[in-house]
Amino acid sequence: MLGLIGKKVGMTQVFDERGILTPVTVIQIESNIVVAERTVEKNGYSACVLGAVDAKKNRVTKPYAGQFGEVCEPKKHLIEMKEFDKEVSIGDVLGVDVFKDIAFVDVEGTSKGKGFQGAMKRHGFSGGRATHGSKFHRGLGGTSMAATPSRVFKGTKMPGRMGDARTTVQNLRVVKVDEDKKVLMVKGAVPGPRQSVVIVKKAKKK
Amino acid sequence: MDVIQAIELEQQKDNAVNFRIGDTVKIFFKIVEGQTERIQVFEGLVIAMKNGGIRKTVTVRKMSYGVGVERVFPVHSPRIDHVEVVRRGRVRRAKLYYIRDRVGKSAKVRELIKKKSAAVSNK
Repeated sequence: MLGLIGKKVGMTQVFDERGILTPVTVIQIESNIVVAERTVEKNGYSACVLGAVDAKKNRVTKPYAGQFGEVCEPKKHLIEMKEFDKEVSIGDVLGVDVFKDIAFVDVEGTSKGKGFQGAMKRHGFSGGRATHGSKFHRGLGGTSMAATPSRVFKGTKMPGRMGDARTTVQNLRVVKVDEDKKVLMVKGAVPGPRQSVVIVKKAKKK
Repeated sequence: MDVIQAIELEQQKDNAVNFRIGDTVKIFFKIVEGQTERIQVFEGLVIAMKNGGIRKTVTVRKMSYGVGVERVFPVHSPRIDHVEVVRRGRVRRAKLYYIRDRVGKSAKVRELIKKKSAAVSNK
């Protein structure tokens, strides 16, 4: 699995060479550094630990800083990518150019928090009629059956906290890789607010 | 500079807008058909412009066989070859949507004739 840590910059639009307009999300990928490696012999699985964005020195604890050792300064974000496709060794710096030959990516991020929401917004329930004497408007309706089972099943869709959850959007087409600006442009939207951290991975299903 | 601004600036055309609201313009629009590319001309009255940097669009209206046809062009699109102004119009509004409801002579826009004295002072 190939993936890097990036930052959502925002959305815009680009014209391609044929003049067709594409809505794109701009993701900035500053240099990612290989901090450590997990091996089958030592850890039971193979993975590559990537770090990005320097952390403020007084904000890191000694145990956290210890992970980086001699490799680099402590980084804000750390991820483990299982079975990294590329041959890398500790201390290697990876940039946007990793995605140069990749056509589709999956982007993982934390979606915008919506607070406590009703079933209509949260789960797309239809709700009831607004007028003509209707007394059922935005409620969720029945949640279960009668005497059997005489309880509400776990996991029933109900009102509650919406958003602010780990979300992945799959198969986004890579429109452009700009090495000067260190940005990647993908077609369509990406979860989360601007300036949020996202993980860009090679598409799993393409 | 802001990354998004920089990306948008790259695609922006300089002097893309050489016309104003109320002008009659010819828009030379490239059309790609498979391998071949040809230019189609759309001539009509500029009734609206919507700003938004790279997203700026212009609405052009014409009468085609008695039917009103409006087309919205992204001003910075590479498919717009060039724009030719046929006639300058004298209007007092930024959006000429009222034209849609008018028929005949009242659907016309008066031609802008610059005063001689103004022209002299400009020089």
